[in-house]
Amino acid sequence: MSDKQSRQSRIRNFSIIAHIDHGKSTLADRILEATQALTQREMKAQTLDAMDLERERGITIKLNAVELTYKAPNGETYIFHLIDTPGHVDFSYEVSRSLAACEGALLVVDAAQGVEAQTLANVYLALENNLEIIPVINKIDLPNADPERVKQEIEDVIGLDASEAVLASAKTGIGTDDILAQIIDKIPAPDGDPNAPLQALIFDSLYDAYRGVVVYIRVVQGTVRVGDKIKMMAGEKTFEVLEVGVSTPKIENRQELSVGDVGFITASIKSVHDTQVGDTVTHAEHPAEKPLPGYRKMNPMVYCGLYPIDTARYDDLREALGRLELNDSALQYEPETSEALGFGFRCGFLGLLHMDIVQERLEREFNIDLIATAPSVIYQVKLTDGSSVRVGNPSEMPERKFIAEVEEPYVKATIMTPNDYVGAIMELCQRKRGEFVTMEYLDANRTNVIYDLPLSEIMYDFFDILKSSTKGYASLDYEMDGYRTSDLVKMDILLNGERVDALSVIVHQEFAYDRGKAIVERLKELIPRQQFEVPIQAAIGQKIISRSTIKALRKNVLAKCYGGDVSRKRKLLEKQKEGKKRMKAVGSVEVPQEAFMAVFRMSHDD
Amino acid sequence: MTEIQRGAYIHIPFCDHICYYCDFNKVFMKNQPVDEYLEALSKEMNHCAMDELPITIYIGGGTPTALNEKQFERLLSNVDRFLMNPAVKEYTVEANPESLNAAKLEMMKRYGVTRLSIGVQTFDDRLLREIGRAHQSNDAEQAVRLAQEYGFDNITVDLMFALPGQTEHVLHQSLERAIHLHTPHISIYSLQLEPKTIFYNRMQKGSLKLPSEDIEADMYGQIILELEKHGLHHYEISNFSKPGYEGIHNSMYWRNKEYYGIGAGAHGYWSGVRYANVGSVKKYIESMYVDGHARISEHKVSRSERIEEEMFLGLRLMEGVNKLDFKEKFGLSMDDVYRLQIRQLKKQGLVHEKDGWLKLTQKGIFLGNNVFEAFLIS
Repeated sequence: MSDKQSRQSRIRNFSIIAHIDHGKSTLADRILEATQALTQREMKAQTLDAMDLERERGITIKLNAVELTYKAPNGETYIFHLIDTPGHVDFSYEVSRSLAACEGALLVVDAAQGVEAQTLANVYLALENNLEIIPVINKIDLPNADPERVKQEIEDVIGLDASEAVLASAKTGIGTDDILAQIIDKIPAPDGDPNAPLQALIFDSLYDAYRGVVVYIRVVQGTVRVGDKIKMMAGEKTFEVLEVGVSTPKIENRQELSVGDVGFITASIKSVHDTQVGDTVTHAEHPAEKPLPGYRKMNPMVYCGLYPIDTARYDDLREALGRLELNDSALQYEPETSEALGFGFRCGFLGLLHMDIVQERLEREFNIDLIATAPSVIYQVKLTDGSSVRVGNPSEMPERKFIAEVEEPYVKATIMTPNDYVGAIMELCQRKRGEFVTMEYLDANRTNVIYDLPLSEIMYDFFDILKSSTKGYASLDYEMDGYRTSDLVKMDILLNGERVDALSVIVHQEFAYDRGKAIVERLKELIPRQQFEVPIQAAIGQKIISRSTIKALRKNVLAKCYGGDVSRKRKLLEKQKEGKKRMKAVGSVEVPQEAFMAVFRMSHDD
Repeated sequence: MTEIQRGAYIHIPFCDHICYYCDFNKVFMKNQPVDEYLEALSKEMNHCAMDELPITIYIGGGTPTALNEKQFERLLSNVDRFLMNPAVKEYTVEANPESLNAAKLEMMKRYGVTRLSIGVQTFDDRLLREIGRAHQSNDAEQAVRLAQEYGFDNITVDLMFALPGQTEHVLHQSLERAIHLHTPHISIYSLQLEPKTIFYNRMQKGSLKLPSEDIEADMYGQIILELEKHGLHHYEISNFSKPGYEGIHNSMYWRNKEYYGIGAGAHGYWSGVRYANVGSVKKYIESMYVDGHARISEHKVSRSERIEEEMFLGLRLMEGVNKLDFKEKFGLSMDDVYRLQIRQLKKQGLVHEKDGWLKLTQKGIFLGNNVFEAFLIS
C-alpha cells in the first residue's frame, strides 16, 4: 500500500446531526479537545459557531470544516474531517451538500427530549447520501434522561439499529472515547482514485477581503494542487489555484488535497456567485466527464423590501448589502422606492430564516436600523392586453381592471409524520389552501402526507404550526411545483386616510375579509396612540372592508414622585425618545418597525 | 447674588410593611441595624454641614415614623445638631398613619419640624388592603386630626390614583374625604408599575387589572377639577396647594437647585455633580465608617444637560420656565436653544407662552412626557 493509499484508508469524514440544543456544538468541542486540535487555553466554548449570531441563536449558518488528527488507542493515527451543517429547513439544500461530503454522521439525540422533527429531516438527508449513522444519546447526566426510551424511539421512528448507541454527556465528556472508536470502526474510509480527473464537491464558500473567495471542498476523485487551472462545472470561468489548505481549526496551507480530503482552495475568485454550493470543481484541461450529482441552482423564494429608518443611510444600506452579497450567493437585491418609506431595496431570500438573518446582520454588523416590509412570493400576472408581469412587491400589483388572472407559486409538500398526527396535518394543510395529493404508508408507524400548497401559505409559520401540532415529530420537505391560477386580490391598508404602500398584501379573495379585520386589529395594537385619532382601514380597490381606530393619546406624564432621582426621570425620557427613533413617520403617523411585518404575520396566524 | 440655596434630603429606608407598588429603597425593619444606621446618617450630616446649611430639610422613606420613639428622637436631635439652620424655610417629615403618634408629634414640634407629609394613598379600605397598606381610612383621618391638634397646620396628604380596581367614584370619595380634612396641600400620584414590586410580578402573571389609559386620563382631569374647586391650586403635575403652601423642598428639585442626599440610596446634587449613595443599609453603614462617604455613582452635569434639566424639570410646574431667568442662568435665550422644539410643541398645542414664561397648556399637562422629551437634545 502506497503512502497515499495508507493515508486515504485512515481518513474519516463525518458530520454531526442534532436538533437545536441537543448538544451538537458541545460535542464538537469535545472532539476537538480529544484530538488536541486546540489547547484548553485556545478553546472558546463552541468553537465551530464563529458568527456571534450563530452562537446567540444556537444555530449554524455558515458551514465550517476542520481536519483533526487522532492518535487512536490501537496506535494508528487517523485523519478526521468534521463538517458542520446548518440547522434549519431554509438551508436544507446546504445540509444535503455538506452531508454529501461525508461518509458518516453522528446522530445526537437528547436523552430526555428524544428525536425531534428537524433531526428526522436531516437523518433522511443523510440516509439519502448513504451515510453510516452513529447514534449518540447525549445529556445522559440530566436527571430526566431516559436513554432506553430514546433508543427505542430511534429504532421506532427512524428505523436505525440503536443497540450500540453511545451514551454520552458532551458537557462532562462521558462517552467521547466511545464515539471516537465508533467513528474509526464504523465510518468507511473514502474510496476514489487520486489519479482520476478531479471531482471536488463545493459545500461552502466565503468571501475574504484579502484572498477572494475561499471555496470549501471535498475531493471525491483526483487531486488538486497549487497552480492547477480549475473550473466550476456549472460555470464558465477558469481560475488558477493559489492556495490549498485545511483548517485544524487554525489555517494550514498544503500543497495538495486528494481523495477524501476536506479543505479549502483560493483562486482569486471575486464573487461567491461563481462558486455555487453543490457545484463540482474540476481541472480546466482534463475535466471530469460529468459533475457530481445533486447540484441545484438556488433561487430566492421570498422577497421583501428593506428600508433604512433614517433615510440618510440609504447609501450605507447599499454598501452593506453589497458586502453581505459577497458572502451569500443566495441573496439578491435591487433598488426600489416606496411612497411611505422612501428609498430602499427589494431583496430576495431562500426563506424566512435567511431573511431574518440578513436583516439582523444589517442591523447588528452595520448598525443600520431597518424597516422590513412583509415578505412576498413572486406572482405572475396576466394582463388583459395579453402581456404578463412578475410582481414581487404587493404594492406593484396592477389595478384589478387590467388583470386577466394572477398565478402564484405552488410547492409539493411532503410531510412525514407518525400516524397519530395525520388528521392534524390534513386539517392544517386544508386551512392553508392545500390540495390533497396522496398519502404513502411508510411502515406501521409513519406516513407521508403529500399536499400541493401555495408557497405563500407555507412561507412563514407553517413549519412552526406543523411542529407544535405534531409535538415536533413531523418533518417537512417541499419542492417548487410551478404556478397556478388563484383568486388573489391586493389589499391596501390606509392610515389616517392615506394608503401606505409598504403595508399592502396579496390575499386570497375568500379570506380577504377575515384577514383585513385581523390586520387592522393587529395594527391597532402595534401602533402606539398618537396625539390625534388615527383611523386604520383595509381596502380592496376602493372598497373598505374593515376599519378600526387608534384613539388619541390622552395621558402621558410621569405623575410619580421620584424624589431627587433626576437621572431616573432623564433615563425614562431618553428611553421614550429612543423608542421614537425606531419608528417611521408615515405621513403624520409614527409607525413602529414591527407593524410592517405584522401585516404578514397576521395574514397567516388565523 | 451668588448665595447658594440648598436642600437636604434624609432617607430612612425602614418599613414595617412593604406596599405592593413601592420600588423605593427600603427594607423590612425587623433585625436591621437601625441604631448603626442612624449613627452613619449623623456622620454624613456632619460632613454636609461643613459645606453650608440647607434651607429646607426633608426626611423621607421608607417610613421615618417606623422608627421607635427613642430612635426617632435620636434622628431628630442629630438633624438638629448638624443641619439645623435658623433660617430654615421648611422642615418636612414623612409619616404613615399607623405609626404617627402623640409622642412623635410632640418630638417633631419640639425639634422645629414645620410640615408633615402623611401617606394616605386612598380612603377606600378595600383598596388600602389591596395595595398592601397597613392602615385603614379612619386611621388616616385620625392621624391628620391629631397632627392638627399638635399645631401642625402645614400638612400634605399623599394620594394615589389609577390603582387596580379603583373607579372614578371611589376616587371621588377619597378626594372628598381628603378635602374635608382641610390640609393646605395634597399630592396625588398615579400608580406606576415598577420592576421588583409585588404589583409588577402580578402584572407579569396577568393577575393585575389596571384602569385603562382613558380612565386614567379621566381620573386625572377629575382630580384637577375637584381640587381646584376647593381652592387647592394645581401648581405642579402631581401637586395641589392653597396659596403660599407650595412645597418648598420639592420645588428645589423642579427649579433645578442643589440638595444633599443623605442616607442609603439617597440621590443628591451638589457642586454640579449628581450622585447616588449605595442602596444597601449594611454597605451604607460600612462605607460611612470606612470611607467617610457612601457614594457609588457621580455624574458631573454638563452645561447642555443642565439646560435640558432646567426645562424638563421646570415645565412640571404650572408656572413654567421664565425666559429671562433662563437667559440670565445660561447666557443664551431659550429661543436660541429650542426654537424648533418650541415652535413644534406650540403647533401641537402642548405649550404656550405668557408674560415671558413658557408653560404647559391643559393638553400639555396630560402629555407632559411628550413635551419634556422634546427638550432632550444632547
